[in-house]
Amino acid sequence: MNPAPSIIAFTTFSGLGFGLLFWLGMDPTPPRGWVAFVFFFIGFALALGGLAASAQHLGRPERALKAFSQWRSSWLSREACCAVAALVTMGLYAAGLVFADVKIPPLGWLGAALSLGTVFTTSMIYTQLKTVPRWHNRLTPLLFLSLSLAGGALLSGRVTLSLALILIVGALQVVWWRIGDKALQASGTTLGTATGLGDGGRVRAFEPPHTGTNYLLREMVYVVARRHARKLRGIALILMMVLPILLLLAPFHHITALLALLSHVTGVLTARWLFFAEAEHVVGLYYGKR
Amino acid sequence: MTDLPKSTTRKLGLVIDLDTCVGCHACVISCKGWNTENDGAPLSDQDPYGADPSGTFLNRVHSYEVQPDTGPAQLVHFPKSCLHCENAPCVTVCPTGASYKRVEDGIVLVNEKDCIGCGLCAWACPYGARELDAAAGVMKKCTLCVDRIYNENLPEEDRTPACVRTCPSNARHFGDFSDPESHVSQLVRDRGGMDLMPEQGTLPVNKYLPPRPKDDWADSSVLAPFLTPVADEPRGFLGWLDKALDKI
Repeated sequence: MNPAPSIIAFTTFSGLGFGLLFWLGMDPTPPRGWVAFVFFFIGFALALGGLAASAQHLGRPERALKAFSQWRSSWLSREACCAVAALVTMGLYAAGLVFADVKIPPLGWLGAALSLGTVFTTSMIYTQLKTVPRWHNRLTPLLFLSLSLAGGALLSGRVTLSLALILIVGALQVVWWRIGDKALQASGTTLGTATGLGDGGRVRAFEPPHTGTNYLLREMVYVVARRHARKLRGIALILMMVLPILLLLAPFHHITALLALLSHVTGVLTARWLFFAEAEHVVGLYYGKR
Repeated sequence: MTDLPKSTTRKLGLVIDLDTCVGCHACVISCKGWNTENDGAPLSDQDPYGADPSGTFLNRVHSYEVQPDTGPAQLVHFPKSCLHCENAPCVTVCPTGASYKRVEDGIVLVNEKDCIGCGLCAWACPYGARELDAAAGVMKKCTLCVDRIYNENLPEEDRTPACVRTCPSNARHFGDFSDPESHVSQLVRDRGGMDLMPEQGTLPVNKYLPPRPKDDWADSSVLAPFLTPVADEPRGFLGWLDKALDKI
C-alpha cells in the first residue's frame, strides 16, 4: 500500500494524543490548573493534528462531515464519531480541571474509554480489510492499542509503566511482522484464484492493461519498501524500544525523558511507514506484482 | 445506510467469455467513451499526451499466459470491471453512505455527491474495480451502464452496457442471474462459469467462462501435417556439410 505521509502522521500522532488523553482521564490525581492545561493541550494538539492530517488525504475534504453518518456499518465512520465524542468528553473534563479546579472522575473514565475506543476503531479500519492479508489479523488492534498506551504513558511521564508497555509493544511488533510475512501466502489468494485460470496450469501476467501507471498501482501496489525492509525494521525496533528503555533506565532527567519520547515517536513513525509500505494488496496479483 | 440489502429483486451482471475474448480493448474504449460523456463526473486523464500518461478507467483488459504441465502455453485475455458482488466489501466500509447496492437490480453504485474521496472502498475491493478520479476527487466504478439499460430514449438494442454492445467477438453478455432461464444463467450452467477469488467471500455476480481446453496441438489445423519438417536428417549437400562439420 502507498505509505502516504498524511496517513502515517495521522495514525501515529492521533494514537499518541489519545494515549495521553487516556492516561489523563484515568489518573486518580490528575494535574490541575496550568499544568493540566499544558498536558491537555498537548493531547488535543496531537489528536486534532492527526485528524487534520487525515482530512488532507481526502479527495473532497469539504464533504468530510458526511463521514459521521454511517457509524452502524463503517469503521471509518465509527472512528470519526468516536474521536469527536472522546475530544468533547475530555474537553469538558479538562475544563473542570483547568478552570474550576474540579475533578469529575466518571467524566475522565468515560473520556479515557472513548479515547482508547478511537484508537481501536482506527486499527479496525485496517484490520477489517481481507484484501490486505498482512493487516487482516487480530494482533493489529492490539498493536495499535499498545502503541497508543505506551506513547501516552511516555508523554505523561509514567516511567515504570512506559518501560513495561514499551517492552510489550516491541514483542507484539516482532510477532506481528513474523505473522505478516506469511499472511499473503496463508490467505490462499494467488494469481490462479484471482483469474480462475489456476487449474489449467501456471499463470503468469503476460501483458498489463495499459502502458502507463494508474490509480490502483499508485495506491495499492507499492513495492519500493521490500529492498530495505529488514534494515528499517531493525531501526524501528531500536528507536521505538531499545533506546527509550536505556534512556528511561538512566537516572531520571527531563532531557533523557524527552530524548526517550523523541526516539520512541521516530521509531513508531518508521514502523508505521513499513506498516503501509510492506502491506500487499491482493489486487497486485492481477498486475503480476506479488 | 451502507448496509448491504439482504437480497435483491434481480441480479443484473455480466458473463465474460475468456474463450472468445480476443483482447482488442474495444470494451475499454467504449466504456470510457460512454461514461465520460454521460452521467457522473467524466473519467479524466492526466498528462494524456505527455511522458507519463495515466487516467481513470472502469474496465481494463489484462493478458495472462497459462502454462500447463505439458503442451504449449495458452494466452488468455482477461477483461476486468466491477463484479457487482452480493457481499460487496466496498459498500460496507463507506463512511458517508455514498456507496450502495441497489435492492431492485443489485447494481453497486457511488453517489458522487456524497463521496468524500477517502479511497477506503478501493482498498476493500480485491479486484481493483474502483478508481479515484484524480480530477473530480470522487470514486468511479462500473455502473453497469445504468443510464443505458433503462434508457427509453435509446433504441432497444442499445439498452445494454456499452462494453457488451461494442464487443466484436461476443465475449461479453449482460443479463439477470436471478432468472435461471436467462441467457447469462444458461451460459454459466453450460460452460462452468466461475467466480474470481472465491476465497475472499465477496460472492461476485459477474461470472467468467473458462477458456475451452485446446485440442491436441498437432491436430489443431488441417494444414498441420504439411507444416511438419519434411526431413529430420539433412540429405544431399547439407547432409554432407553436417557430417563434415561434425568431424572437425
